[in-house]
Amino acid sequence: MPINYYIYLAVALFSIGVAGVLTRRNAIIIFMCVELMLNAVNLLLVAFSKMHAQTALAANPSAITGVEAQLFVFFIMVVAAAEVSVGLAIIVMMYRNIHSVDVNFLNRLKH
Amino acid sequence: MDITQILFWFLSILAVFGALMMVTSKNPVYSVLWLIVVFFAISGHYILLNAQFLAVVNIIVYAGAIMVLFLFVIMLMNLNAETEPQKNKWLKIAGVIAGGSLMLVFIAALRHSNELIKTQVSMGGEAGLIKTLGKTLFTDYVLPFEISSVLFLSAMVGAVVIGKKGD
Repeated sequence: MPINYYIYLAVALFSIGVAGVLTRRNAIIIFMCVELMLNAVNLLLVAFSKMHAQTALAANPSAITGVEAQLFVFFIMVVAAAEVSVGLAIIVMMYRNIHSVDVNFLNRLKH
Repeated sequence: MDITQILFWFLSILAVFGALMMVTSKNPVYSVLWLIVVFFAISGHYILLNAQFLAVVNIIVYAGAIMVLFLFVIMLMNLNAETEPQKNKWLKIAGVIAGGSLMLVFIAALRHSNELIKTQVSMGGEAGLIKTLGKTLFTDYVLPFEISSVLFLSAMVGAVVIGKKGD
C-alpha cells in the first residue's frame, strides 16, 4: 500500500479524536478520545518505520532495520498505560467530589 | 486487488467507523466497546506492517488492560445514557467543524508530497519479531527499559495516593 493511505488513515483517526475531545463533555469519553489520538500516531510511526526499512532493505538485503521505531512505539504504550492509571484515578476523585463526570462543572478557575 | 489491499481497506473502514461510533455513542459503555473495535483494527494494521509483537502488545495492553480499566470505572460510577451531560448544539457543531478543518489542513499539507506517494509499504522483513525486538530492547535500550519500571512504580503510587479516601 502507498504510504499516503496510511497517512490519511492516521489523520482521519486523529481528527475524529480531536472532534471528540471538543464535542463531548464526559471526562471519560474525552480521555478515550485522547487514547485514540495516541493510537493514530503510533500507527503512523510504524508505517513510516516500515517505509524507511524498505529502502534500507533494498540496499542491503540481510539488514534488520526498523527495530528502533517499533521499540519507540512500545515505550509510548508503556507511558500511555501509566498515564491511564493516573488519569482514571483523577477522574474517580473528581466524581467523588462533585458527583459528576461533566467537565463543565470544573470551571472554578474561571471565576 | 490482492488480499493485502482488501485487508487494508477493510481494517481502515472498520477503524474509522469504530472511531465515529465511539465519539457519537450516547452510552459510555458502547463507546468503550467501539474503541476496543478500533484497537483491534489497528492491531490488524500492525500485522499488515509486519509488526507482530506490537500487534499482540496492542491487544493485550490496550484492548485487554486499559479498556477493562475504563469499563470498571464507568460501571463503578454507574454511567449510562441518562446521566450523559448535555450541551449546546452550536458548540457541538463548532467542535465538528474544528476537527474537520484540522483534517483538511493535514490533507492539504500532504497532498503534494510526491516523494512520499511513490514509496510503497509492503510485507517482508523480520524487524517485528519478538526475537529481534527483544535483543535490541535488552542490549541497546536496557536503560530506558529500566527507567520505565520506575515510571510504572511512580504511576502506581500516584494512582493509589490520588484514589485514597479521606485526607
